[in-house]
Amino acid sequence: MAAQEVQPSETIAKLKSESEALKTKLEEERAKLHDVELHQVAEKVEPLGQFVMKTRRTLKGHGNKVLCMDWCKDKRRIVSSSQDGKVIVWDAFTTNKEHAVTMPCTWVMACAYAPSGCAVACGGLDNKCSVYPLSLDKNENLAAKKKSVAMHTNYLSACSFTNSDMQILTSSGDGTCALWDVESGQLLQSFHGHAADVLCLDLAPSETGNTFVSGGCDKKANVWDMRSGQCIQSFETHESDINSVRYYPSGDAFASGSDDATCRLYDLRADREVAIYSKESIIFGASSVDFSISGRLLFGGYNDYTINVWDVLKGTRVSILFGHENRVSTLRVSPDGTAFCSGSWDHTLRVWA
Amino acid sequence: MERVIVSMQDPDMGIKMRNQRLLITVIPHAMTGRDIVDWLIQKYSITEEEALHTGNFLVKYGYIYPLKEPRNLCLKQDETPYRFQVYIHTIYLARKNIRKQGELIEYEKECYNALHKRINHTWDFVVMQAREQLRASKQRRKSDRIVLECQEQAFWLINRPPPGVMDILEEGPERRNGANTRVQLVSGILETCAVDIEHNRKSLGRNRIKSSICLESFVKYCEQYQDHDPIMQGCLPSNPWITDDIMYWNMNAEMVPMPTKLRVERWTFSFMELLNDPLGKKELLTYLEKEFSGTHTLHINTHIQWLAKVFIPLKRFHILQFLAPGASRWVNIDSKTMEKTLQGIKHPHRFVMDDAQMHIYFLMKKDSYPRYLKSELYKNLLARAVVPQETKKSVFPFMRRQRHSSPSPALVTQTAEDNGKAQPNTGKTNTGTAAQI
Repeated sequence: MAAQEVQPSETIAKLKSESEALKTKLEEERAKLHDVELHQVAEKVEPLGQFVMKTRRTLKGHGNKVLCMDWCKDKRRIVSSSQDGKVIVWDAFTTNKEHAVTMPCTWVMACAYAPSGCAVACGGLDNKCSVYPLSLDKNENLAAKKKSVAMHTNYLSACSFTNSDMQILTSSGDGTCALWDVESGQLLQSFHGHAADVLCLDLAPSETGNTFVSGGCDKKANVWDMRSGQCIQSFETHESDINSVRYYPSGDAFASGSDDATCRLYDLRADREVAIYSKESIIFGASSVDFSISGRLLFGGYNDYTINVWDVLKGTRVSILFGHENRVSTLRVSPDGTAFCSGSWDHTLRVWA
Repeated sequence: MERVIVSMQDPDMGIKMRNQRLLITVIPHAMTGRDIVDWLIQKYSITEEEALHTGNFLVKYGYIYPLKEPRNLCLKQDETPYRFQVYIHTIYLARKNIRKQGELIEYEKECYNALHKRINHTWDFVVMQAREQLRASKQRRKSDRIVLECQEQAFWLINRPPPGVMDILEEGPERRNGANTRVQLVSGILETCAVDIEHNRKSLGRNRIKSSICLESFVKYCEQYQDHDPIMQGCLPSNPWITDDIMYWNMNAEMVPMPTKLRVERWTFSFMELLNDPLGKKELLTYLEKEFSGTHTLHINTHIQWLAKVFIPLKRFHILQFLAPGASRWVNIDSKTMEKTLQGIKHPHRFVMDDAQMHIYFLMKKDSYPRYLKSELYKNLLARAVVPQETKKSVFPFMRRQRHSSPSPALVTQTAEDNGKAQPNTGKTNTGTAAQI
């Protein structure tokens, strides 16, 4: 009478082995087309000379750990956020503070500058992303004009405007990413696929401008189609949480920094990891990465307070920069590539050139 | 870090432990700060500065403790003696507990076991020696006393840092990971598996390009952009962050009467480069107007103009600015795309303009763009473009230039609203005074 019921554990085991088999086949297919290593191709390239970069500006003013920063398109202004809930807009060139907002939560882990330069977005443990228009009126309370845009069910880990002030892309500890309309606060698209907290994201610089990459605690880096919400490519070679992802300037590859103390380069057209940037003496995780304008240099901020500079093509370390007195938590190259800025748990930001 | 400590204690390749002197007491099985730094330099091929930096962490995290000044947890590159911490397993677990609730993953388990074995040997040896001494004389050796005291102090400094001292074990907000999330329902697991399988199947079918071709393109890209990378090659007249001179930014401002040669050359790299530069876009528009003035060879459909008007507020794609009302009518759209777009207008969704935009974009990229680059207009501009002179080094290099502030982008829109209310800063030295705080 009772129909033969397959044990759920059997089904899971069967599915899991099918999944594993497919994965192995996928790796085989990928390996078939891998006919050369990056450093081999780069042998003919001129090695880089002596590298001298120094701290040119130190921005002091945060009362606690700096967690995130972003550049303004004008190439000199910066927004930064910290553990004590403060979000500050600086003219990094003069080191003046221009605006300050106190968020109602601590650990503001994400902040972004709007492309127009007229607003900033930020969020963290409040599970939201809010947009503040920047007003130059001294009497105006910035917090009053705040607009709540994104709502997640766990902390906000990263946010970024798309190519206009109108849309924001967010990633969260709830394992999802989402695209929002700023004006209405409406959810336009959500992206599901990570099995754990999503820690970082970056928008592709392509002409069609509708993909982005995200990295998470499930050790995966996923590439998404913004229109359909589908995950179009996935890479799982890191051995620990991926803290930061950044596209190569041409948009054909992206780099990632992880708690496993390595940074890696993934090629989107070859559909595989093509380089690992690591050294036995580097034992702390990389918290943030970014490329120089030409893509030749990869800057990595690490939890051992240093910044390592890598030759992307040859795979070697070019330089190590000391200066911060605690973890480097965030790092971005300026829009015109003249400098890069690093933020640290030592409460300061430094601009290097 | 555990891996490093294990290597250090390797009987063959590790650090040679000797009797070290601390004032008049002799401490067995210790190493000097100098030993540690030298070993790190040798083993990992790093500089002295880096070895000191890494060594410091080993002390700050408690794996090694100093036998002199135990309250000061730092590595001194001299004859100060150090020892490996025997409470190591406790510190190790404390660290892991904070992040992963006590679960050690495979390779960590290996490291921990190796460490435990080594420490145990040393500890057993020390205990044995101590017992010997006790039998010989009721008094414990002074060296043991010193060692035990330092050990304890170092341990507590790390696990209960006094107020004001940085807590080295502090981590950020808790992260969930696959291992310690809530119990997953069977249905949840089945679903994840199914999704994975579907995803992998699709991936198998995708077109991949040979590595040699992809990687070669990176080499080419880096080469092409090398001169445009200020961090790699410097920039003329000078990098503003280094010399405090903002001439470079002024010369490359959005709309300058005469752009630099590098900038104009960059427009040849790709259509996207041309469009990303407002000046480039303006030049292209000028060219197209010139080319088609008086002729009606290409005629923009009025519907497209209307669409552009409707969707400009969205500003989602820079091509829209090209189709601003009043722009030259020069692009045609095939009827199929037109129909699809019009259908979309009836039931508007976010992407209704995309197909039309894509079509125009790729038409221009294939046709107008190459023609513009071959045109007299472009060639003339390139010939006239400026190559900035390198800024001469200041006669008084120690005198810092005045750092001029610039009008905030937020101001640009504000003055449009209220005239004269907010005055932009003009060339005053601004050190430390915060304007709006």
